[in-house]
Amino acid sequence: MWEYTDKVKEHFLNPRNAGEIENPDAVAEVGSIACGDAMKLTMKLDENKRIVDAKFKTFGCASAIASASALTEILKGKTIEEAEKITNQEIADYLGGLPPEKMHCSVLGQEALEKAIENYRGVSHKKPEEVIVCACFGLTDGEIERAVRQNHLTSIEEVTNYTKAGGGCGNCHEKIQAIIDRVYETKERQEQPVERPKLSNLQKIRMIEETIEREIRPSLKHDGGDIELVDVVGNRVLVAMRGACATCQASQATMKGFVQGKLQEFVAPELVVEEVAS
Amino acid sequence: MKTIYLDNNATTMAAPEVVEEMLPFLREYYGNPSSMHTFGGQVAHNILEARQKIASLLGADHDEIIFTSCGTESDNTAITSALSNNPGKNHIVTSRVEHPAVKVLCENLAQKGYRVTSLPVDPEGRLDMDEYEASLTPDTAIASIMWANNETGVIFPVEEAARLAHEKGILFHTDAVQAIGKIPVNMKKNTIDMLSLSGHKLHAPKGIGVLYVRKGTRFSPFLIGGHQEKGRRGGTENVPGIVALGKACELAAVNMEKENTYVRALRDRLENELLKTIPQSKVNGTRETRLPNTVNISFEFIEGESILLLMDQFGICASSGSACTSGSLQPSHVLRAMGVPYTMAHGSVRFSLSVYNTAGDVDAVIKELPAIIEKLRVLSPYWATSQGTCATA
Repeated sequence: MWEYTDKVKEHFLNPRNAGEIENPDAVAEVGSIACGDAMKLTMKLDENKRIVDAKFKTFGCASAIASASALTEILKGKTIEEAEKITNQEIADYLGGLPPEKMHCSVLGQEALEKAIENYRGVSHKKPEEVIVCACFGLTDGEIERAVRQNHLTSIEEVTNYTKAGGGCGNCHEKIQAIIDRVYETKERQEQPVERPKLSNLQKIRMIEETIEREIRPSLKHDGGDIELVDVVGNRVLVAMRGACATCQASQATMKGFVQGKLQEFVAPELVVEEVAS
Repeated sequence: MKTIYLDNNATTMAAPEVVEEMLPFLREYYGNPSSMHTFGGQVAHNILEARQKIASLLGADHDEIIFTSCGTESDNTAITSALSNNPGKNHIVTSRVEHPAVKVLCENLAQKGYRVTSLPVDPEGRLDMDEYEASLTPDTAIASIMWANNETGVIFPVEEAARLAHEKGILFHTDAVQAIGKIPVNMKKNTIDMLSLSGHKLHAPKGIGVLYVRKGTRFSPFLIGGHQEKGRRGGTENVPGIVALGKACELAAVNMEKENTYVRALRDRLENELLKTIPQSKVNGTRETRLPNTVNISFEFIEGESILLLMDQFGICASSGSACTSGSLQPSHVLRAMGVPYTMAHGSVRFSLSVYNTAGDVDAVIKELPAIIEKLRVLSPYWATSQGTCATA
């Protein structure tokens, strides 16, 4: 049983501002059913960019619902500039704290807010250069790095508690550690650009096959899925998902990023993965 | 507030008769059965009596009963014993839906170099017996398949599985923790070599378990120490627990019919009413071969921990296979092995009944749960978008 504060329980049992605003000025959806929690945030702003109303819908556990309820309470009356400064820790503090394993619920709230503000301003969310690190929960290196910096996280376990990254198959633990190490490195490393030899098409296909076999297939099979290499056209890698991956909701969003990330890492950075039906 | 306890696959109430039976061994007869004096030594015959009662429930010989501390110890003992007695064999066959006591042990053994085949189950939670048979190879030391699944109640054909293993000279173990006391088990009519059971799942207290080891099975102890249990399990006997388990097994034999008529009828009514009154709900696991006391039901587009905590407001106790309740971030390994979609797996609730439940207990759930599910669905961003017109149903 989780040790929830009375405030968490109270917000869970009597959520404030549940629902959806019609014709909102800002809207955001974060999380997914596969991840176990998801949230939709809608906001109404006045002419002075002040939030006059905020409503939420949440799929998730008690602390996810309470965090969303708390966020909407914090938001009301704030200007967009003030709202921008709200951290996940403020959401947790508002509720008198959250169990460490549940901090990701407050992070979900902050992410929803961040995305809603971006939506209001009309700028895109994820920066294109970010790559998926945790394929199970669809987290990018940028998202993990932000959580590490904002919350001073120092271990993989803490990163998992705050973002869920690394909480599934565990294949990304090394990469998460690398992000933590990178954040805390005092001196910037002077990295030599890696010289990659030019690959022939045959070499490229062979390396792609090897990488799928060694780096990708085991973690897909772990969840009852599989992948098949259909073709390689220039830098386009055409793959088909099999088994659980073919029907899994998470596959479209995360698997492509995961597969592409692996192939870019181990074969060539210019590769692009495309999922084809076959 | 009255507690409505529908979580008997997690643990059970110690039966009042069981508590009565064990109390003298906490109060007056606290001696060590290994002692030379009469005061201690006299309890040895109470242990024998309990052993006979347990053997009788299982259709076993009392020499085949080894007392342990819990189901997990029994499982660990059985599998490691089989491996150390088959030094040339490097392979273990098990299923993807085993209890962690078997599953995690096998994962650890895999890291130590053993080859482990974890057999998949179909969407109804059943094993493919052809695939099972094909997985048994000359280097297989042991096959370990649970008798009944703790989350779904699905019963596995372990007697057939034991026969197939024996044809190839392979030892067979079953974790029968959820089966004992709920469905008849007769070790005289099967060839299962080892069987685990746990006291607290059949109205004995926590801290007592049994490993049945068929006569003639080569065996190595897990806990090494004193001569207790004929050198098969070191450690001073848990006399109150053993006596309690003896009584609990005696009661289980008496209640077996009630379990399969009265409890089954309560479970069926609960299940049918919930399916009828709550849209987008579905039972996990085949309804054909299932324990009479268990129902695992998923409510789409909401999350299990929230359901449990709202039921808790009414004193209703149950379990969930959602990620948030499992302590990990993934929903139950059993539901994932069955391929239950995430939209369903996170919203799964297991009700497990016992002979102590009443029609009133079941009525309370039937009365309160539809509103709880509706409340959470109104909050869920997926419900409205997926339902359209049903959103307000």
